[in-house]
Amino acid sequence: MTKVSMTVNGKPVSGEVEGRTLLVQFLREGQGLTGTHVGCDTSQCGACVVHVDGKAVKSCTIFAAEAEGAEVTTIEGMANPDGSLSTIQQAFQDHHGLQCGFCTPGMVMSAAALLAENPKPTEAEIRDYLEGNICRCTGYHNIVKAILAASGQDVAVAAE
Amino acid sequence: MYAFDFERPTTIADAVKALSAEDAQALSGGQTLIPTLKQRLASPSRLVSLTAIPELKGICVADDGALCIGAATSHADVAAEATAYPALAALAGQIGDPAVRNRGTIGGSLANNDPSACYPAAALGSGATIVTDRRKIAADDYFQGMFETALDEGEIITEVRFPVPEKAAYIKFEQPASRFALVGVFVAKYAGGVRVAVTGASEDGVFRWAEAEAALSSDFSAGAIDGLSVGADGMIGDLHGTPEYRAHLVKVLTARAVAAAG
Repeated sequence: MTKVSMTVNGKPVSGEVEGRTLLVQFLREGQGLTGTHVGCDTSQCGACVVHVDGKAVKSCTIFAAEAEGAEVTTIEGMANPDGSLSTIQQAFQDHHGLQCGFCTPGMVMSAAALLAENPKPTEAEIRDYLEGNICRCTGYHNIVKAILAASGQDVAVAAE
Repeated sequence: MYAFDFERPTTIADAVKALSAEDAQALSGGQTLIPTLKQRLASPSRLVSLTAIPELKGICVADDGALCIGAATSHADVAAEATAYPALAALAGQIGDPAVRNRGTIGGSLANNDPSACYPAAALGSGATIVTDRRKIAADDYFQGMFETALDEGEIITEVRFPVPEKAAYIKFEQPASRFALVGVFVAKYAGGVRVAVTGASEDGVFRWAEAEAALSSDFSAGAIDGLSVGADGMIGDLHGTPEYRAHLVKVLTARAVAAAG
């Protein structure tokens, strides 16, 4: 067992982990942050995407010990300080960008990473960026619309 | 996942020392290795992470004009920062998906030498030099078959040096589920001739297509390879494509890469 320390959603946290402990296990089981989901556990689906030092990563495919000293943001850290939904989260609600909701935490985290890199993405750029996020309800159209709306663009341009 | 010891050294020297232990395995971005461990396709007793070693990260241009990339530099960083070699930056920007590109590294990809990975095509197609903690290896000597390389036990890639060509392009025919190359072709035109490297096709891993190199060295146009053909012997056959289909793609993608290189 080794001790890891990191900042999660702005709060310093630490814990004892084994070498094999994945970051997603540390977050869910160690910190009780169960908003980050494990879908496939094989790096395919993106339900477990969190930000590590501002970059989207699949938390099922990084060991907790590798996030030593990092700034980690999960879906629980996305809402505004007053508890209201962030612009991206509100856009997902407004545009029905979720059906069962299982993939949504990863979709929101990937969307936030995209908009940080590219504040006005085209529809094609959004779809390309979400290549590693799978929605098995196949609700992609509304997810794309939500991200267009969150970026302040007209959602009517999105293909049906 | 099974239990193993985990180390995270901060210098190359400490990493080499840690890897000298019996049954130790280097871990870079982990985008292949961690899934491999989960499936028990590998089960080393000690993992040595290379991601906390600052001297393994970064991109620079050497005095001889070569682009030098630290082995633990992520695909995302190469895509964004390898502006001196646009074809290489474009290749890096097409690997996997954005989250994978934020973790996966060039050194990890080359050490693994997956027969369908993109970076081996760039390294071989550029005549790159693989620099390790103990020597320099020419790309032509480095790739030794599917998942086989010239690296010794415990040897770490520290840097990859790419001579920058006059023109180059990489065309990947993507296998959409895995996002690996069903076939990918890297074409690079240097003053001394053209290099053509093919990934995803051969059961022996990445290879150079010598006939196309000769034809393109005398006439760098897509039509220059019209008369050539690629045999299906030794090509990969699986549910995604037959050996004949892959052989066909090698020629088609080579022509597209030449056209894209301009």
